[in-house]
Amino acid sequence: MLGLLLIAIKYSLVSNVVLSQFLGICPFLGVSKKTESSKGMGGAVIFVIAIASVVTHAIYILFLKASGPLCRALGLKDGLEFLNTIVFILVIAALVQFVEMFLKKNIPSLYESLGVYLPLITTNCAVLGVALNNVTYGYNFIECLVYGIGISVGFALALLLMAGIRENIIADNDGIPHAFQGSPIVLITASLMAIAFFGFSGMI
Amino acid sequence: MENITTFVLVAALLVGATGLILGLFLGVASEKFKVEVDEREALVRAALPGNNCGACGFPGCDGCAKAIAKGEAPVTQCPVGGAPTAKRIAEIMGTEAGDLDQVKQVAFVHCQGSCDKAKQSYHYSGIADCSDLAVVPNGSEKECPYSCAGYGSCVKACQFDAIHVINGVAVVDKEKCTACGACIKACPKKLIALVPYKKKRLVACKNLLKGKDVRSACSIGCIACGLCEKNCPFDAIHVTDNLAVMNEKCTDCGICAQKCPTGAITGKRPVKPKPAAAAPPPPKKDAVKAAEGGAQ
Repeated sequence: MLGLLLIAIKYSLVSNVVLSQFLGICPFLGVSKKTESSKGMGGAVIFVIAIASVVTHAIYILFLKASGPLCRALGLKDGLEFLNTIVFILVIAALVQFVEMFLKKNIPSLYESLGVYLPLITTNCAVLGVALNNVTYGYNFIECLVYGIGISVGFALALLLMAGIRENIIADNDGIPHAFQGSPIVLITASLMAIAFFGFSGMI
Repeated sequence: MENITTFVLVAALLVGATGLILGLFLGVASEKFKVEVDEREALVRAALPGNNCGACGFPGCDGCAKAIAKGEAPVTQCPVGGAPTAKRIAEIMGTEAGDLDQVKQVAFVHCQGSCDKAKQSYHYSGIADCSDLAVVPNGSEKECPYSCAGYGSCVKACQFDAIHVINGVAVVDKEKCTACGACIKACPKKLIALVPYKKKRLVACKNLLKGKDVRSACSIGCIACGLCEKNCPFDAIHVTDNLAVMNEKCTDCGICAQKCPTGAITGKRPVKPKPAAAAPPPPKKDAVKAAEGGAQ
Protein backbone atom coordinates (compact mmCIF):
# COMPACT_ATOMS: atom_id res chain seq x y z
CA MET A 1 0.00 0.00 0.00
CA LEU A 2 2.82 2.35 0.94
CA GLY A 3 4.52 1.46 -2.31
CA LEU A 4 1.45 2.53 -4.30
CA LEU A 5 1.21 5.81 -2.41
CA LEU A 6 4.88 6.44 -3.09
CA ILE A 7 4.37 5.81 -6.80
CA ALA A 8 1.41 8.21 -6.88
CA ILE A 9 3.23 11.01 -5.08
CA LYS A 10 6.50 10.47 -6.86
CA TYR A 11 5.02 10.74 -10.34
CA SER A 12 2.51 13.48 -9.69
CA LEU A 13 4.89 15.85 -7.87
CA VAL A 14 8.52 14.81 -7.63
CA SER A 15 9.03 13.49 -11.15
CA ASN A 16 6.31 15.55 -12.70
CA VAL A 17 5.75 14.40 -16.26
CA VAL A 18 5.90 17.87 -17.77
CA LEU A 19 8.23 19.72 -15.47
CA SER A 20 10.91 17.16 -14.84
CA GLN A 21 10.48 14.54 -17.56
CA PHE A 22 9.61 17.01 -20.34
CA LEU A 23 6.88 14.84 -21.80
CA GLY A 24 3.62 16.26 -23.09
CA ILE A 25 4.94 19.77 -23.66
CA CYS A 26 2.75 20.41 -26.71
CA PRO A 27 -0.63 20.35 -24.97
CA PHE A 28 0.99 21.92 -21.91
CA LEU A 29 1.74 25.01 -23.99
CA GLY A 30 -1.22 24.73 -26.32
CA VAL A 31 -4.15 24.34 -23.96
CA SER A 32 -2.91 26.40 -21.01
CA LYS A 33 -4.44 29.65 -22.23
CA LYS A 34 -7.70 29.29 -20.35
CA THR A 35 -8.30 27.62 -17.00
CA GLU A 36 -11.60 26.24 -18.23
CA SER A 37 -10.20 24.32 -21.19
CA SER A 38 -7.11 23.24 -19.25
CA LYS A 39 -9.39 21.59 -16.71
CA GLY A 40 -11.11 19.72 -19.52
CA MET A 41 -7.81 18.74 -21.11
CA GLY A 42 -6.50 17.56 -17.74
CA GLY A 43 -9.61 15.45 -17.24
CA ALA A 44 -9.39 13.97 -20.72
CA VAL A 45 -5.70 13.14 -20.28
CA ILE A 46 -6.32 11.51 -16.87
CA PHE A 47 -9.03 9.39 -18.44
CA VAL A 48 -7.00 8.40 -21.47
CA ILE A 49 -3.80 7.64 -19.55
CA ALA A 50 -5.56 5.65 -16.82
CA ILE A 51 -7.42 3.48 -19.32
CA ALA A 52 -4.49 3.25 -21.72
CA SER A 53 -2.02 2.12 -19.04
CA VAL A 54 -4.35 -0.64 -17.89
CA VAL A 55 -5.31 -1.84 -21.36
CA THR A 56 -1.78 -1.76 -22.73
CA HIS A 57 -0.57 -3.57 -19.63
CA ALA A 58 -3.14 -6.31 -20.17
CA ILE A 59 -2.20 -6.64 -23.83
CA TYR A 60 1.47 -6.77 -22.93
CA ILE A 61 1.03 -9.45 -20.27
CA LEU A 62 -1.29 -11.60 -22.35
CA PHE A 63 0.11 -11.35 -25.85
CA LEU A 64 3.46 -9.63 -26.09
CA LYS A 65 5.48 -10.74 -23.10
CA ALA A 66 7.92 -13.61 -23.72
CA SER A 67 6.61 -15.51 -20.70
CA GLY A 68 2.97 -14.67 -21.49
CA PRO A 69 0.37 -17.27 -22.51
CA LEU A 70 0.38 -16.48 -26.23
CA CYS A 71 4.15 -16.62 -26.72
CA ARG A 72 4.46 -19.77 -24.62
CA ALA A 73 1.70 -21.49 -26.52
CA LEU A 74 3.35 -20.70 -29.83
CA GLY A 75 6.83 -21.42 -28.53
CA LEU A 76 8.20 -17.95 -29.23
CA LYS A 77 11.08 -17.67 -26.78
CA ASP A 78 11.97 -14.09 -27.68
CA GLY A 79 8.46 -12.78 -27.17
CA LEU A 80 6.77 -10.12 -29.25
CA GLU A 81 7.96 -7.12 -27.26
CA PHE A 82 9.15 -5.39 -30.40
CA LEU A 83 5.47 -4.81 -31.14
CA ASN A 84 5.01 -2.74 -27.97
CA THR A 85 5.12 0.68 -29.58
CA ILE A 86 2.88 -0.05 -32.54
CA VAL A 87 0.21 -1.90 -30.57
CA PHE A 88 0.18 0.66 -27.78
CA ILE A 89 -0.21 3.49 -30.26
CA LEU A 90 -3.16 1.69 -31.83
CA VAL A 91 -4.84 1.35 -28.45
CA ILE A 92 -4.17 4.97 -27.51
CA ALA A 93 -5.46 6.29 -30.83
CA ALA A 94 -8.65 4.27 -30.47
CA LEU A 95 -9.15 5.48 -26.92
CA VAL A 96 -8.71 9.08 -27.94
CA GLN A 97 -11.26 8.61 -30.70
CA PHE A 98 -13.63 7.19 -28.15
CA VAL A 99 -13.10 10.10 -25.74
CA GLU A 100 -13.68 12.47 -28.62
CA MET A 101 -17.03 10.86 -29.48
CA PHE A 102 -18.02 10.79 -25.85
CA LEU A 103 -17.28 14.48 -25.35
CA LYS A 104 -18.94 15.47 -28.60
CA LYS A 105 -22.10 13.76 -27.49
CA ASN A 106 -22.18 14.64 -23.81
CA ILE A 107 -20.07 17.76 -23.23
CA PRO A 108 -20.07 19.63 -26.57
CA SER A 109 -18.84 22.88 -25.03
CA LEU A 110 -15.71 21.18 -23.74
CA TYR A 111 -15.32 19.40 -27.09
CA GLU A 112 -15.24 22.74 -28.86
CA SER A 113 -12.93 24.45 -26.40
CA LEU A 114 -10.37 21.64 -26.64
CA GLY A 115 -10.48 21.85 -30.41
CA VAL A 116 -7.52 20.35 -32.19
CA TYR A 117 -5.76 19.43 -28.95
CA LEU A 118 -8.16 16.60 -28.25
CA PRO A 119 -7.03 14.46 -31.19
CA LEU A 120 -3.51 15.55 -30.30
CA ILE A 121 -3.68 13.44 -27.12
CA THR A 122 -2.97 10.61 -29.54
CA THR A 123 0.45 12.05 -30.13
CA ASN A 124 0.87 13.20 -26.55
CA CYS A 125 4.15 11.53 -25.66
CA ALA A 126 3.13 11.37 -21.99
CA VAL A 127 0.48 8.78 -22.87
CA LEU A 128 2.81 6.56 -24.84
CA GLY A 129 5.52 7.19 -22.26
CA VAL A 130 3.32 5.83 -19.48
CA ALA A 131 2.45 2.72 -21.49
CA LEU A 132 6.08 2.00 -22.35
CA ASN A 133 7.40 2.82 -18.87
CA ASN A 134 4.95 0.35 -17.35
CA VAL A 135 6.76 -2.34 -19.30
CA THR A 136 10.23 -1.01 -18.52
CA TYR A 137 9.57 -0.70 -14.79
CA GLY A 138 7.87 -4.12 -14.66
CA TYR A 139 4.82 -2.87 -12.78
CA ASN A 140 1.92 -5.15 -11.96
CA PHE A 141 -1.69 -4.35 -12.83
CA ILE A 142 -2.50 -2.14 -9.81
CA GLU A 143 0.84 -0.37 -9.96
CA CYS A 144 0.22 0.41 -13.61
CA LEU A 145 -3.10 2.03 -12.81
CA VAL A 146 -1.63 4.07 -9.96
CA TYR A 147 1.37 5.06 -12.04
CA GLY A 148 -0.88 6.14 -14.91
CA ILE A 149 -3.14 8.16 -12.64
CA GLY A 150 -0.15 9.68 -10.83
CA ILE A 151 1.45 10.80 -14.08
CA SER A 152 -1.76 12.19 -15.50
CA VAL A 153 -2.70 14.01 -12.31
CA GLY A 154 0.77 15.54 -12.36
CA PHE A 155 0.15 16.60 -15.96
CA ALA A 156 -3.25 18.07 -15.10
CA LEU A 157 -1.75 19.88 -12.10
CA ALA A 158 1.05 21.44 -14.15
CA LEU A 159 -1.42 22.38 -16.87
CA LEU A 160 -3.82 23.99 -14.43
CA LEU A 161 -1.08 25.92 -12.64
CA MET A 162 0.24 27.16 -15.95
CA ALA A 163 -3.24 28.19 -17.09
CA GLY A 164 -3.76 30.13 -13.87
CA ILE A 165 -0.46 31.93 -14.28
CA ARG A 166 -1.09 32.70 -17.92
CA GLU A 167 -4.61 33.94 -17.33
CA ASN A 168 -3.74 36.18 -14.42
CA ILE A 169 -0.21 37.38 -14.98
CA ILE A 170 1.02 37.13 -18.53
CA ALA A 171 -2.16 37.18 -20.60
CA ASP A 172 -2.17 40.93 -21.31
CA ASN A 173 1.60 41.08 -21.97
CA ASP A 174 1.77 43.90 -19.45
CA GLY A 175 5.35 45.05 -19.01
CA ILE A 176 6.75 42.12 -20.97
CA PRO A 177 9.40 43.12 -23.53
CA HIS A 178 8.19 42.72 -27.08
CA ALA A 179 10.61 39.92 -27.91
CA PHE A 180 9.38 37.85 -24.97
CA GLN A 181 5.66 38.17 -25.59
CA GLY A 182 3.68 35.06 -26.41
CA SER A 183 5.41 31.69 -26.37
CA PRO A 184 8.84 32.80 -25.03
CA ILE A 185 7.47 34.10 -21.75
CA VAL A 186 5.41 30.93 -21.38
CA LEU A 187 8.52 28.80 -21.79
CA ILE A 188 10.37 30.92 -19.23
CA THR A 189 7.44 30.57 -16.84
CA ALA A 190 7.52 26.81 -17.40
CA SER A 191 11.21 26.71 -16.56
CA LEU A 192 10.60 28.63 -13.32
CA MET A 193 7.82 26.19 -12.47
CA ALA A 194 10.22 23.33 -13.13
CA ILE A 195 12.71 24.86 -10.68
CA ALA A 196 9.92 25.19 -8.11
CA PHE A 197 8.95 21.55 -8.59
CA PHE A 198 12.60 20.65 -8.15
CA GLY A 199 12.00 21.47 -4.48
CA PHE A 200 9.97 18.28 -4.15
CA SER A 201 12.96 16.12 -5.06
CA GLY A 202 14.05 15.65 -1.45
CA MET A 203 10.68 14.19 -0.51
CA ILE A 204 11.17 10.68 -1.73
CA MET B 1 15.45 -17.97 -34.92
CA GLU B 2 13.46 -21.13 -34.43
CA ASN B 3 10.63 -20.51 -36.86
CA ILE B 4 10.76 -17.11 -38.39
CA THR B 5 7.61 -17.63 -40.44
CA THR B 6 5.49 -18.20 -37.37
CA PHE B 7 7.13 -15.24 -35.76
CA VAL B 8 6.25 -12.82 -38.54
CA LEU B 9 2.83 -14.35 -39.04
CA VAL B 10 1.93 -14.05 -35.37
CA ALA B 11 3.17 -10.48 -35.22
CA ALA B 12 1.14 -9.49 -38.28
CA LEU B 13 -1.95 -11.30 -37.06
CA LEU B 14 -1.66 -9.77 -33.62
CA VAL B 15 -1.42 -6.22 -34.89
CA GLY B 16 -4.17 -6.91 -37.41
CA ALA B 17 -6.44 -8.39 -34.77
CA THR B 18 -5.81 -5.48 -32.40
CA GLY B 19 -6.69 -3.06 -35.16
CA LEU B 20 -9.79 -5.02 -36.08
CA ILE B 21 -11.08 -5.24 -32.52
CA LEU B 22 -10.44 -1.57 -31.85
CA GLY B 23 -12.07 -0.70 -35.15
CA LEU B 24 -15.17 -2.69 -34.25
CA PHE B 25 -15.23 -1.10 -30.82
CA LEU B 26 -15.02 2.38 -32.35
CA GLY B 27 -17.68 1.50 -34.88
CA VAL B 28 -20.09 0.46 -32.17
CA ALA B 29 -19.19 3.50 -30.08
CA SER B 30 -19.75 5.87 -32.99
CA GLU B 31 -23.25 4.46 -33.44
CA LYS B 32 -23.96 4.79 -29.77
CA PHE B 33 -22.57 8.30 -29.41
CA LYS B 34 -23.97 9.59 -32.65
CA VAL B 35 -24.64 13.30 -32.50
CA GLU B 36 -27.72 14.47 -34.28
CA VAL B 37 -26.38 16.89 -36.84
CA ASP B 38 -28.75 19.21 -38.57
CA GLU B 39 -28.85 17.66 -42.02
CA ARG B 40 -29.10 21.08 -43.54
CA GLU B 41 -25.70 21.83 -42.04
CA ALA B 42 -24.08 19.11 -44.12
CA LEU B 43 -25.89 20.33 -47.24
CA VAL B 44 -24.88 23.93 -46.62
CA ARG B 45 -21.34 22.79 -45.99
CA ALA B 46 -21.38 21.01 -49.34
CA ALA B 47 -22.65 24.12 -51.07
CA LEU B 48 -19.90 26.32 -49.67
CA PRO B 49 -16.67 26.65 -51.65
CA GLY B 50 -14.69 24.76 -49.03
CA ASN B 51 -11.41 26.63 -49.21
CA ASN B 52 -11.59 27.56 -45.51
CA CYS B 53 -10.32 31.07 -46.19
CA GLY B 54 -12.08 32.59 -43.19
CA ALA B 55 -13.39 35.61 -45.10
CA CYS B 56 -16.84 35.03 -43.58
CA GLY B 57 -15.51 35.60 -40.09
CA PHE B 58 -16.09 32.03 -38.96
CA PRO B 59 -13.38 29.44 -38.38
CA GLY B 60 -13.51 27.75 -41.76
CA CYS B 61 -16.41 26.62 -43.90
CA ASP B 62 -17.62 24.19 -41.21
CA GLY B 63 -18.16 27.02 -38.75
CA CYS B 64 -19.93 29.09 -41.40
CA ALA B 65 -22.20 26.18 -42.37
CA LYS B 66 -23.08 25.61 -38.74
CA ALA B 67 -23.98 29.25 -38.20
CA ILE B 68 -26.07 29.38 -41.39
CA ALA B 69 -27.91 26.16 -40.50
CA LYS B 70 -28.70 27.52 -37.06
CA GLY B 71 -29.93 30.76 -38.58
CA GLU B 72 -27.25 32.80 -36.85
CA ALA B 73 -25.77 33.94 -40.12
CA PRO B 74 -27.51 35.00 -43.34
CA VAL B 75 -27.48 32.69 -46.35
CA THR B 76 -25.27 35.26 -48.00
CA GLN B 77 -22.53 34.92 -45.41
CA CYS B 78 -19.93 33.51 -47.76
CA PRO B 79 -18.32 36.37 -49.69
CA VAL B 80 -16.23 34.08 -51.88
CA GLY B 81 -19.10 31.99 -53.21
CA GLY B 82 -21.11 35.12 -53.92
CA ALA B 83 -24.48 35.00 -55.58
CA PRO B 84 -24.52 31.39 -56.90
CA THR B 85 -23.57 29.95 -53.53
CA ALA B 86 -26.04 32.16 -51.71
CA LYS B 87 -28.76 31.00 -54.08
CA ARG B 88 -28.03 27.33 -53.45
CA ILE B 89 -27.88 27.85 -49.69
CA ALA B 90 -31.13 29.78 -49.82
CA GLU B 91 -32.74 26.79 -51.54
CA ILE B 92 -31.45 24.47 -48.84
CA MET B 93 -32.61 26.73 -46.06
CA GLY B 94 -35.90 27.47 -47.77
CA THR B 95 -35.51 31.23 -47.59
CA GLU B 96 -35.20 34.05 -50.04
CA ALA B 97 -31.70 35.21 -50.66
CA GLY B 98 -32.86 38.70 -51.56
CA ASP B 99 -31.21 40.77 -54.22
CA LEU B 100 -28.28 38.52 -54.84
CA ASP B 101 -26.33 40.93 -56.96
CA GLN B 102 -26.14 43.28 -54.01
CA VAL B 103 -24.51 40.49 -52.11
CA LYS B 104 -21.44 39.99 -54.23
CA GLN B 105 -18.57 41.81 -52.67
CA VAL B 106 -15.22 42.90 -53.94
CA ALA B 107 -12.15 44.37 -52.35
CA PHE B 108 -11.71 48.09 -52.71
CA VAL B 109 -8.59 50.17 -52.11
CA HIS B 110 -9.44 53.31 -50.21
CA CYS B 111 -6.81 55.45 -51.87
CA GLN B 112 -6.51 57.02 -55.29
CA GLY B 113 -3.25 58.80 -54.67
CA SER B 114 -1.46 57.80 -57.84
CA CYS B 115 1.92 59.24 -58.74
CA ASP B 116 0.46 62.25 -60.55
CA LYS B 117 -2.01 63.12 -57.79
CA ALA B 118 -0.15 62.48 -54.54
CA LYS B 119 2.97 64.45 -53.73
CA GLN B 120 6.12 62.55 -52.99
CA SER B 121 8.20 63.77 -50.09
CA TYR B 122 11.27 61.61 -50.71
CA HIS B 123 12.49 58.73 -52.76
CA TYR B 124 12.65 55.33 -51.12
CA SER B 125 15.03 52.66 -52.20
CA GLY B 126 15.09 49.48 -50.19
CA ILE B 127 13.09 46.33 -49.73
CA ALA B 128 10.07 46.68 -51.96
CA ASP B 129 7.33 45.54 -49.64
CA CYS B 130 4.66 47.58 -47.89
CA SER B 131 5.16 45.96 -44.52
CA ASP B 132 8.83 46.91 -44.59
CA LEU B 133 7.91 50.36 -45.73
CA ALA B 134 5.74 50.72 -42.66
CA VAL B 135 8.84 51.48 -40.60
CA VAL B 136 10.11 54.34 -42.76
CA PRO B 137 8.80 57.85 -42.11
CA ASN B 138 5.18 58.23 -43.20
CA GLY B 139 5.02 54.59 -44.19
CA SER B 140 5.40 55.53 -47.82
CA GLU B 141 7.22 57.92 -50.07
CA LYS B 142 4.08 59.96 -50.47
CA GLU B 143 3.49 62.92 -48.24
CA CYS B 144 0.14 61.55 -47.07
CA PRO B 145 0.74 59.07 -44.25
CA TYR B 146 -2.54 57.33 -45.05
CA SER B 147 -1.73 56.73 -48.69
CA CYS B 148 -1.22 53.49 -50.53
CA ALA B 149 2.53 52.92 -50.57
CA GLY B 150 2.24 51.12 -53.86
CA TYR B 151 4.79 48.43 -53.09
CA GLY B 152 2.34 45.62 -53.66
CA SER B 153 2.01 43.52 -50.49
CA CYS B 154 -1.58 43.05 -51.58
CA VAL B 155 -0.50 41.97 -55.05
CA LYS B 156 1.69 39.27 -53.55
CA ALA B 157 -1.12 38.16 -51.25
CA CYS B 158 -3.72 37.86 -54.01
CA GLN B 159 -4.09 34.33 -55.34
CA PHE B 160 -6.42 35.37 -58.11
CA ASP B 161 -4.35 38.01 -59.91
CA ALA B 162 -7.07 40.50 -59.07
CA ILE B 163 -5.10 43.40 -57.63
CA HIS B 164 -2.31 45.33 -59.27
CA VAL B 165 -0.29 48.42 -58.58
CA ILE B 166 -1.06 50.86 -61.35
CA ASN B 167 0.70 54.19 -61.39
CA GLY B 168 1.74 53.91 -57.75
CA VAL B 169 -1.55 52.86 -56.26
CA ALA B 170 -3.18 49.44 -55.84
CA VAL B 171 -6.24 48.85 -58.00
CA VAL B 172 -8.65 45.93 -57.71
CA ASP B 173 -9.89 44.09 -60.78
CA LYS B 174 -13.55 43.79 -59.82
CA GLU B 175 -14.21 40.91 -62.18
CA LYS B 176 -11.40 38.71 -60.89
CA CYS B 177 -11.81 39.56 -57.19
CA THR B 178 -13.33 36.78 -55.09
CA ALA B 179 -13.52 38.79 -51.88
CA CYS B 180 -11.32 36.29 -50.07
CA GLY B 181 -9.81 39.07 -47.99
CA ALA B 182 -6.16 38.12 -48.40
CA CYS B 183 -5.20 41.63 -49.53
CA ILE B 184 -7.11 43.16 -46.62
CA LYS B 185 -4.92 41.28 -44.21
CA ALA B 186 -1.78 42.08 -46.18
CA CYS B 187 -2.23 45.87 -46.28
CA PRO B 188 -0.30 47.38 -43.36
CA LYS B 189 -2.27 50.62 -43.70
CA LYS B 190 -5.67 48.96 -43.62
CA LEU B 191 -6.69 50.68 -46.84
CA ILE B 192 -8.52 47.73 -48.35
CA ALA B 193 -12.03 46.68 -47.40
CA LEU B 194 -14.83 44.64 -48.90
CA VAL B 195 -17.57 46.64 -50.57
CA PRO B 196 -20.66 45.55 -52.49
CA TYR B 197 -19.85 44.78 -56.11
CA LYS B 198 -22.56 47.09 -57.39
CA LYS B 199 -21.79 50.07 -55.21
CA LYS B 200 -20.27 52.83 -57.26
CA ARG B 201 -19.94 55.67 -54.79
CA LEU B 202 -17.23 55.08 -52.25
CA VAL B 203 -14.96 57.40 -50.33
CA ALA B 204 -11.63 56.37 -51.78
CA CYS B 205 -9.57 58.00 -49.08
CA LYS B 206 -8.60 57.14 -45.54
CA ASN B 207 -6.64 60.19 -44.43
CA LEU B 208 -7.50 61.90 -41.19
CA LEU B 209 -5.43 65.00 -41.88
CA LYS B 210 -6.89 68.48 -41.87
CA GLY B 211 -8.15 69.82 -45.16
CA LYS B 212 -5.19 72.12 -45.73
CA ASP B 213 -2.64 69.37 -45.17
CA VAL B 214 -4.56 67.07 -47.50
CA ARG B 215 -4.59 69.74 -50.19
CA SER B 216 -0.84 70.07 -50.02
CA ALA B 217 -0.27 66.29 -50.03
CA CYS B 218 -2.76 64.98 -52.55
CA SER B 219 -5.11 66.38 -55.13
CA ILE B 220 -7.70 63.62 -54.82
CA GLY B 221 -7.94 63.19 -51.04
CA CYS B 222 -10.87 63.92 -48.78
CA ILE B 223 -10.49 67.44 -47.40
CA ALA B 224 -13.40 67.08 -44.99
CA CYS B 225 -15.20 70.04 -46.53
CA GLY B 226 -18.57 68.51 -45.68
CA LEU B 227 -20.23 69.23 -49.04
CA CYS B 228 -21.23 65.58 -49.35
CA GLU B 229 -22.78 65.59 -45.90
CA LYS B 230 -24.74 68.77 -46.63
CA ASN B 231 -26.03 67.54 -49.97
CA CYS B 232 -26.87 63.96 -49.07
CA PRO B 233 -30.67 63.54 -49.04
CA PHE B 234 -30.47 60.30 -47.09
CA ASP B 235 -28.26 61.28 -44.14
CA ALA B 236 -25.90 58.59 -45.38
CA ILE B 237 -22.52 60.32 -45.30
CA HIS B 238 -20.89 62.12 -42.42
CA VAL B 239 -17.56 63.78 -41.84
CA THR B 240 -15.93 62.38 -38.75
CA ASP B 241 -12.27 62.86 -37.82
CA ASN B 242 -11.67 64.87 -40.98
CA LEU B 243 -12.90 62.06 -43.21
CA ALA B 244 -16.19 61.47 -44.97
CA VAL B 245 -17.65 58.10 -43.99
CA MET B 246 -20.65 56.46 -45.61
CA ASN B 247 -23.13 54.42 -43.65
CA GLU B 248 -25.60 51.73 -44.66
CA LYS B 249 -28.30 54.25 -45.55
CA CYS B 250 -26.47 55.06 -48.76
CA THR B 251 -28.59 54.47 -51.86
CA ASP B 252 -25.72 55.00 -54.26
CA CYS B 253 -27.51 57.98 -55.81
CA GLY B 254 -24.25 59.69 -56.65
CA ILE B 255 -25.00 63.22 -55.44
CA CYS B 256 -21.99 63.20 -53.12
CA ALA B 257 -19.71 62.15 -55.94
CA GLN B 258 -20.99 65.05 -58.05
CA LYS B 259 -20.46 67.53 -55.24
CA CYS B 260 -17.08 66.31 -54.06
CA PRO B 261 -14.58 69.05 -55.05
CA THR B 262 -11.54 66.79 -55.08
CA GLY B 263 -13.01 63.62 -56.54
CA ALA B 264 -12.29 61.58 -53.44
CA ILE B 265 -15.70 59.97 -53.82
CA THR B 266 -15.72 57.59 -56.76
CA GLY B 267 -18.42 57.22 -59.35
CA LYS B 268 -18.70 60.80 -60.57
CA ARG B 269 -20.64 61.03 -63.78
CA PRO B 270 -18.75 62.62 -66.67
CA VAL B 271 -19.91 66.04 -67.75
CA LYS B 272 -22.72 65.63 -70.25
CA PRO B 273 -21.69 66.39 -73.80
CA LYS B 274 -23.49 69.36 -75.20
CA PRO B 275 -26.54 68.37 -77.22
CA ALA B 276 -25.37 70.43 -80.17
CA ALA B 277 -22.03 68.68 -80.39
CA ALA B 278 -21.24 67.43 -83.85
CA ALA B 279 -19.90 64.12 -82.69
CA PRO B 280 -22.56 61.51 -82.04
CA PRO B 281 -23.25 61.36 -78.31
CA PRO B 282 -21.37 58.43 -76.84
CA PRO B 283 -23.57 55.73 -75.38
CA LYS B 284 -24.10 56.92 -71.85
CA LYS B 285 -23.69 53.58 -70.15
CA ASP B 286 -20.30 52.97 -71.64
CA ALA B 287 -19.14 56.41 -70.68
CA VAL B 288 -20.16 55.86 -67.09
CA LYS B 289 -18.46 52.51 -67.04
CA ALA B 290 -15.30 53.90 -68.54
CA ALA B 291 -15.25 56.70 -65.99
CA GLU B 292 -15.68 54.23 -63.19
CA GLY B 293 -13.00 51.96 -64.54
CA GLY B 294 -10.65 54.89 -64.63
CA ALA B 295 -11.59 56.12 -61.18
CA GLN B 296 -10.99 52.83 -59.54
